[in-house]
Amino acid sequence: MDIEQLIIMANQIGTFFKSSPDVEQAQKDIVMHIKRFWALSMRLQLIEHAQTKEGKGLLPIVKDAVIQHQALLA
Amino acid sequence: MSKYTDFGTPAKTSDNTITLEIDGTQITVPEGTSIMHAAMVGGVTVPKLCATDSLDPYGSCRLCLVEIEGRRGFPASCTTPVAEGIKVKTQTPKLADIRKGVMELYISDHPLDCLTCATNGDCELQDMAGAVGLREVRYGYDGENHLKSEKDTSNPYFQFDPSKCIVCSRCVRACEEVQGTFALTIQGRGFESKVASGTENFLESECVSCGACVQACPTATLIEKSVVQHGVPEHSVTTTCAYCGVGCSFDAEMKGEQVVRMVPSKNGGANHGHSCVKGRFAWGYATHQDRITTPMIRKSIHDAWTEVSWDEALNYAASEITRIQAKYGKDAVGGITSSRCTNEEVYVTQKLVRAVFGSNNVDTCARVCHSPTGYGLKQTLGESAGTQTFDSVMQSDVIFVMGANPTDGHPVFGSQMKRRLREGAKLIVADPRQIDLVSSPHVKADYHLKLRPGTNVALISAMSHVIVTEGLVNEAFVKERCEWESYEQWRDFAAKPENSPEALSDTLGVPAEELRAAARLYATGGNAAIYYGLGVTEHSQGSTTVMGIANLAMATANVGREGVGVNPLRGQNNVQGSCDMGSMPHEFPGYRHVSDDATRALFESAWGRPLSKEPGLRIPNMLDQAIGGGFKALYCVGEDIVQSDPNTQHVTHALEAMECVIVQDLFLNETAMYAHVFFPGASFLEKSGTFTNAERRISPVRRVMTPKNGFEDWEVTAKLSAALGYPMHYSHASDILDEIAMLTPTFKGVSFKKLDELGSVQWPCDDENPAGTPTMHIDEFVRGKGKFFITEYVPTTEKVNAKYPLILTTGRILSQYNVGAQTRRTDNVAWHHEDVIEIHPHDAEDRGINDGDWVGITSRAGETVLHAKITERVQPGVVYTTFHHPESGANVITTDNSDWATNCPEFKVTAVQLTKVTQLSEWQRGYKAFSEEQIGFVQNPHSEANV
Repeated sequence: MDIEQLIIMANQIGTFFKSSPDVEQAQKDIVMHIKRFWALSMRLQLIEHAQTKEGKGLLPIVKDAVIQHQALLA
Repeated sequence: MSKYTDFGTPAKTSDNTITLEIDGTQITVPEGTSIMHAAMVGGVTVPKLCATDSLDPYGSCRLCLVEIEGRRGFPASCTTPVAEGIKVKTQTPKLADIRKGVMELYISDHPLDCLTCATNGDCELQDMAGAVGLREVRYGYDGENHLKSEKDTSNPYFQFDPSKCIVCSRCVRACEEVQGTFALTIQGRGFESKVASGTENFLESECVSCGACVQACPTATLIEKSVVQHGVPEHSVTTTCAYCGVGCSFDAEMKGEQVVRMVPSKNGGANHGHSCVKGRFAWGYATHQDRITTPMIRKSIHDAWTEVSWDEALNYAASEITRIQAKYGKDAVGGITSSRCTNEEVYVTQKLVRAVFGSNNVDTCARVCHSPTGYGLKQTLGESAGTQTFDSVMQSDVIFVMGANPTDGHPVFGSQMKRRLREGAKLIVADPRQIDLVSSPHVKADYHLKLRPGTNVALISAMSHVIVTEGLVNEAFVKERCEWESYEQWRDFAAKPENSPEALSDTLGVPAEELRAAARLYATGGNAAIYYGLGVTEHSQGSTTVMGIANLAMATANVGREGVGVNPLRGQNNVQGSCDMGSMPHEFPGYRHVSDDATRALFESAWGRPLSKEPGLRIPNMLDQAIGGGFKALYCVGEDIVQSDPNTQHVTHALEAMECVIVQDLFLNETAMYAHVFFPGASFLEKSGTFTNAERRISPVRRVMTPKNGFEDWEVTAKLSAALGYPMHYSHASDILDEIAMLTPTFKGVSFKKLDELGSVQWPCDDENPAGTPTMHIDEFVRGKGKFFITEYVPTTEKVNAKYPLILTTGRILSQYNVGAQTRRTDNVAWHHEDVIEIHPHDAEDRGINDGDWVGITSRAGETVLHAKITERVQPGVVYTTFHHPESGANVITTDNSDWATNCPEFKVTAVQLTKVTQLSEWQRGYKAFSEEQIGFVQNPHSEANV
């Protein structure tokens, strides 16, 4: 799938959860949302993007969440 | 023909009962009951003509007179309430004389053509003549009469023959009391009195063709043309309408396998005997000549179709799926179900995908309408469904309608809502457009918040701010019923200055004081209920708004009892059911996640196949993957993604990239034009199953005629499954419902037998509530404690600029339904034969556009051309259209933007520019050529298979 589309979707999710006053919880919520609703192939693409392209285009909170919780996403 | 008892006047409810004597029989009824109704309860029939129990008593026909011991005169039993201990006589010589005299007068101005009259044998006037023993009419026809009055046949579905009218006013009262349109009146006085629509004829009037007047008419004055054509029906079968999410119950009145008419069921839990123009009259598509009843296959979408046997079509489809999965992997294949399918059809389709295709690549059209409802309400309240019954609105003091247009989209419920509003409930409407509810006869919104499209969350934030900062939160409720910590976080968020009405007023385009007043009314006006539709969900923040709505309801304790609640108005008949049945790629039936080991084990055991724990692809993911080369085959049942999904050209490119598209439908819909296999579908009249409406009501769909294609739709899916090596072993749709009930806790005990006994049930059904749960979350939320979410307003990225300075928003109209595949093939086109673009006079003037001009509409996604309709219904800067006609290309201009949580498309916000043009758009010209070619491929098929 087009990685640009996945970045847009991931950032939208991140934008919702970043309102939480608890950043750690927000990161977990971002990852759990992606895990529960995205197909594995899409999640693996996102992880690869975060790893190999330094998460270019991802909001910092999303990039951090993906890197930190990649085991959960894979 | 009617199988229902007419009690003459409506039933009353009261804690007090009254006992009286009627014709020597002691009868006890609730206080306030009419004598006529009480008599019927006691088995005593009082003659009547102007009375019927769907209408308030009127007392005009003078046929229902009775004698009451100790009282003078002859009171009308319909307008006289019961009183303790009174003794009533309904049959005396004097009463017989009076009634005979009354009937003699009626008949003296009524044609004596009973034998050739269309309602012969089904006429209350005829019945009453017999009941009173009328044997002669002394007045003759020499005097003035109405017998030569001209018929009005302008309405495509019913006729008005004033020569047969007895001026009982039942039609006028039905239009007022039941429908709430007030299109009819009694014009003139005395002998000159006549029913009038205020215009030349019915078709040109305000009449919405709901059929209530026809239903109420005791003679052949207002009668369905289908009854005139076919005669009085001889049997009836109760089934459920296949149109909107109200899910009206109908009696299909039949002559053999010919539908004579569809009559709204008096016992219908959702509609109580009322209907709209679609359900009541627009069922002719089921036998339309465009129906395709023979399976077809082809190698390429540029080939003509080849008609083949069912076995050949099924085996070819199975071989293609097998080939593609072997070549590209099992995830290269998926299925799409529709909210127009029954629960049973959706269930077997998702079972096919999960158990046979081997993935969770199954999605449904709720993706593009109410998927944010499923997500948002599950997160906050714990269940992906509305909280109330439709009847709950009759206990509401404040009705808040947000992004919904009930009188067009959910007309029967819209009528019920209007009835409550006429009784005095307050109304808040939040909508960029002036919907009919804002101002219609005897209904006027207290507040019409004309917010800018795309700012729903800002509206919720502003209202939340007022409720929090003005001390309007019901903290006792929140403490007892909700997660306090989540409430505190939400409270602190809502109280921020940037969420105040004053701060958000410019964003919304709504004065701050109006926002404050509306919030105060919602929080303090008594029972407050929120009703919302696709104007809430079809946004990039659709799920956020749904959660914000739930926040408001919890904060003000407006949930958990009658009259309140969070009420999503589902677009199609089985949106709720298709979601319940596990047609989302992350959930099994009953909203249980595919990663849940226990649930997966349950289904693996029942189905005998290993199941994936990974969420599958959503519809937009499937399309994106197809364009990327990773998704190659689709089984699409009853859904038309080319017309209904956004960015049409993206959808068609994706379909063109697939190697096998299988479409199962009644007609060669827009998606079928890109298909390689066509399985003919069955209409709702040709199959059995269940639909679940917006109030979680599971209602029976019952077959009234043989499927023209040979099979019910679930049978086709089961046959495809068998061709793929997995026979499903159902002998009837009821077997499927039994399996659903066995595997889905909220459907426990639901069966065809139970539905036949009870008429319908509202899930959840369980051991404690075997007959269902009309109101949810009464003592505690399904998730335990209700959870508040912070709902920060994030403007959409679909912004207006100099190139695209206007916002296009889309919607629906009363006479047409969704993609129009059904209603466009009925006489409903008399009211809406094309989609038009509504433009505010200022915007039209700026561009030199006049009413009726061709207007080019250009967005970042595409361009189309529609006729202009200049109207102040839309505000400056906003334009509006519908999407019922494929050649309109409304979704050629909508974009890929979607809801953050569910990918529900942002249909309601598209930045556009308008220009006056003289010809169709390039896309429309291409579409015309392509669709003509595709229709030719059906009309001139190959004689031998070319695959």
